[in-house]
Amino acid sequence: MGTLNTLVAVCLGYVALLFVVAFWAEREAVRGRARWLRSPLVYTLSLSIYCTGWTFYGAVGFAARSGLEFLTIYIGPTLVMLGWWWGLRKLVRIGRTQRITSIADLVSSRYGKSPLLAVFVTLIAVAGTTPYIALQLQSVVLSFASFSDNVTQEAAQAAVNAGAVPGAVAFADHNATALWVAAGLALFTILFGTRNLGANERHHGVVMAIALEAVVKLFALLAVGAFVVWGLGGGVSATLERIDASPIGQWQSQDGRWAALIMLSAAAFLTLPRMFQVLVVENEDESHLRTAAWAFPTYLMLMSLFVVPIAVLGLDLMPQDANPDQFVLTIPLSQGREGLAMLSFIGGFSSATSMVIVASLALATMVSNHIVMPIWLRVAEGGAMISGDVRQVVLLSRRLSIGGVLGLGYLYFYLSGGGIALASIGLVSFAGVAQVLPALMGGVFWRGANRVGAIAGLSVGFIIWAYTLFLPSFGPDAVLSATIMENGLFGYSWLRPQALFGIAGLDPVVHSVLWSAAFNTGVFVLVSLLTFPQPLERLQGAQFVNVFQHTGNPQGWSGGIAQSEDLMVMAQRILGPREAQMLFQNAAAAQGLAGYLPDPTPEFLQLLEREMSGSVGAATAHAMVSQIMGRATVSVEDLLAVADETAQMMEHQSQLEAKSAELTRTARQLRAANDKLTQLSVQKDAFLSQISHELRTPMTSIRSFSEILRDGEGLEQEQLSKYANIIHQEAIRLTRLLDDLLDLSVLENGQVSLNVQSGSLQALIDHALASTGVEAKGLRIHTRGLELDLMLETDLDRLSQVFINLIANAHKYCDAPRPALTIRAAQRDNHLVLDFTDNGSGVPRDKQDLIFEKFARVSDQKAGGAGLGLAICREIMARLGGAITYLPGQGGASFRVTLPMRMRQAAE
Amino acid sequence: MGKSVLVIEDEPNIIEAISFILSRDGWAVATHSNGHDAVDVVRAKQPDLLILDVMLPGKSGYDILTELRADGATKDLPVLMLTARGQNKDRDLATRLGASRFMTKPFSNAEVLEALRELVSA
Repeated sequence: MGTLNTLVAVCLGYVALLFVVAFWAEREAVRGRARWLRSPLVYTLSLSIYCTGWTFYGAVGFAARSGLEFLTIYIGPTLVMLGWWWGLRKLVRIGRTQRITSIADLVSSRYGKSPLLAVFVTLIAVAGTTPYIALQLQSVVLSFASFSDNVTQEAAQAAVNAGAVPGAVAFADHNATALWVAAGLALFTILFGTRNLGANERHHGVVMAIALEAVVKLFALLAVGAFVVWGLGGGVSATLERIDASPIGQWQSQDGRWAALIMLSAAAFLTLPRMFQVLVVENEDESHLRTAAWAFPTYLMLMSLFVVPIAVLGLDLMPQDANPDQFVLTIPLSQGREGLAMLSFIGGFSSATSMVIVASLALATMVSNHIVMPIWLRVAEGGAMISGDVRQVVLLSRRLSIGGVLGLGYLYFYLSGGGIALASIGLVSFAGVAQVLPALMGGVFWRGANRVGAIAGLSVGFIIWAYTLFLPSFGPDAVLSATIMENGLFGYSWLRPQALFGIAGLDPVVHSVLWSAAFNTGVFVLVSLLTFPQPLERLQGAQFVNVFQHTGNPQGWSGGIAQSEDLMVMAQRILGPREAQMLFQNAAAAQGLAGYLPDPTPEFLQLLEREMSGSVGAATAHAMVSQIMGRATVSVEDLLAVADETAQMMEHQSQLEAKSAELTRTARQLRAANDKLTQLSVQKDAFLSQISHELRTPMTSIRSFSEILRDGEGLEQEQLSKYANIIHQEAIRLTRLLDDLLDLSVLENGQVSLNVQSGSLQALIDHALASTGVEAKGLRIHTRGLELDLMLETDLDRLSQVFINLIANAHKYCDAPRPALTIRAAQRDNHLVLDFTDNGSGVPRDKQDLIFEKFARVSDQKAGGAGLGLAICREIMARLGGAITYLPGQGGASFRVTLPMRMRQAAE
Repeated sequence: MGKSVLVIEDEPNIIEAISFILSRDGWAVATHSNGHDAVDVVRAKQPDLLILDVMLPGKSGYDILTELRADGATKDLPVLMLTARGQNKDRDLATRLGASRFMTKPFSNAEVLEALRELVSA
């Protein structure tokens, strides 16, 4: 007997399977091996989260109550996929080029990266989706009840009824079930939805899991359908006769309601956060849309194939008061087919879970990017320049948001008592999120649409929807009093929620959709026509509407002299140090510069902003870059580019722009090269003078004291030995200097012979620390990654020389009150990457290029060395096949040593 | 003779050497080892003679000399400049800024004493 325990076991087993599949898909994706993970088939299947627990169970109930009307819910999306895939392709292209993370992000990004719009759309999405999540929880709970209490038919009925009556004893159990389901789903979503902050925000594990769920639920529904038609109905023709005899089969359409529902489901298909997530954000390849355009409607058709037969036979076979929403489950149960019922249960379970997972993931991204992060960035001091790794904060905020969204769903379920009211909430939700449609469509197809218009249209539509549909849906006297329902707001009868302007007698959903859509669109268009967009809106508008014509960059930032180093500090905290350093290094290389700091050209800033928007959303990324760069300026040329669209003009201008940018860059590079040469020549000139100084100083002491000793009548024994000692010390100093010079000259001429040995990095660092003795002198040392126990094969003595130099430098130059040095080791592609970072004030930007030159000291007047240390280090690293570079933007002076783990020895 | 001399030099061993030979010759020797407040120290001690190194931490000997020459009280103070950079342009610069005498390190002890005597008697 399918008792509660078996059921729980099956659920847990199924969820465990999902975990395994998601985990496996993530791993394959990381290895880059799973090309079929990114196939059009998986994409199409992932779209099936459109079919939720509500459609799995509810379609049959819908059919049992209202006949063929349930088809409208499938016709809408089918029309969109078949007739409008070019429009979808445009959305996907925009999503890709602008690194869009959610529908709120898209709308905000289009209208000048407006934070206000992002918040607004997010709130609408939360308001529209929360009841829907509650609905899924309810469907799981009801199916649980139907199943577990099937011991006697009466118990099942009691449970179903109990589900509708808050406060009943059985209901407490249902609450517990809903809570467990919500918690489990939150866990799954957090595990696989927030593993990393990718620039493209794709979740292979989640997509794979919901694709599997799509197969499961289709299979389950088809199995039940087949059982009903061939097992109970007596074959196809017998079933058709039964359908003819039943009232469901009769065409009883109300044209208005049909049209409104089709429109509504089509709009919801585009604007539901979860649909946008799988349709646009998770899309791997535009060409997948071609397959999905026919495959997804096919899927929908299969899902709806057996709905009518199941409904008809259910009405015939089941008791009068049986809940038609549960026919898919209760028909097999009543026939004693527990295996089939179990399958059906899992089908419903997977429909509900996949919807909740993706919806909470999409909502959490929006809530976190558009509400939590902006607030956090404002509260945290220093805005974009805050300390610490922002990625952790973003991930944490996403995780909390997921928990919050599911918590809200559960709360809604709990408060609404899981009653019948929930069953109609599906359409209410649809109508709510559909309010975003005018702003979305206008933004993508109409250049004239602007931010003020979008905000105005959204507000009006949202208010009308809330007043005419959402608030009344709680029932009379729940939120809106019965008097308002009856007599209108403030007693004006034309303000009756379900009969605005005196037009009564319409179906409430049709009524609400009609008015909200009309006012939303009307206000949106009118206000857009009457107000002027900001420059940034115009640019983004051109980018969105003409996404296929020019995928080139919009200008946005004025280059000028900006703090590349500040940008790097910020980027490291959002993208992660490694990714940010790669991005900066590549950008610098593309500009023909060495090192990690590219010129902040408009192109580079655009690229950086876009990379960051993949993690925190366009509006936030834009705000953070503006904080460092100052205001974004849009030049006259940029506006011209928007105004003049003839291909020739664009072409001509972009050529001119490219040429002028090229010239500017060349000039900048020449200037940089010239500056460096001038500085080098000054240095070379100073070289002789320096050598002279370094040699003469010890010689002075030696000569002077040796003369004193020579003429030394009357010296005491103590003085004699002291002076002789000074002579000795200074002679040693002189020798060391000569050794260094000789060493450098040998290294520079490449005459050095290397002694390659193998040894562990740990031992090498320990040795260097011990021989400098800096720890005893107050420098605190932190090490990371040494525990990896990396083995090196190189000239260990030479490498140790470099380490000693860097550690001694940190001790000499670090000016922090409590000086500390962090040594961080990592292995990347057979290379050792070792960073020595102190907590002092670092090397000033203008000296960073020079510190590796001979006799270069950050300050002429400081410290005791001859200024040869880093020059020697650089030569040594070059001989070892590696490099030493200054790493800017680490908070203190930071030197990066890279070298191959195994040195390739030159053939003698 | 009992004349006072102030030595501004940052290398401890060279300070030690100069102090020794000058005291043995009867000078009252005071020393100072950085450039920052060298001018103030000169004003406070009012020595009869100054030995000034060029490469000093904080402020170079040339800058100190320029300031001293601009001040009425020290305008005529005899200054012996010492430098470890032996190039002609260093000597020229020192002369132009008003150094009374210029010597290159390493020096002979006897020459230093000789130079000092000439400077105070002049």
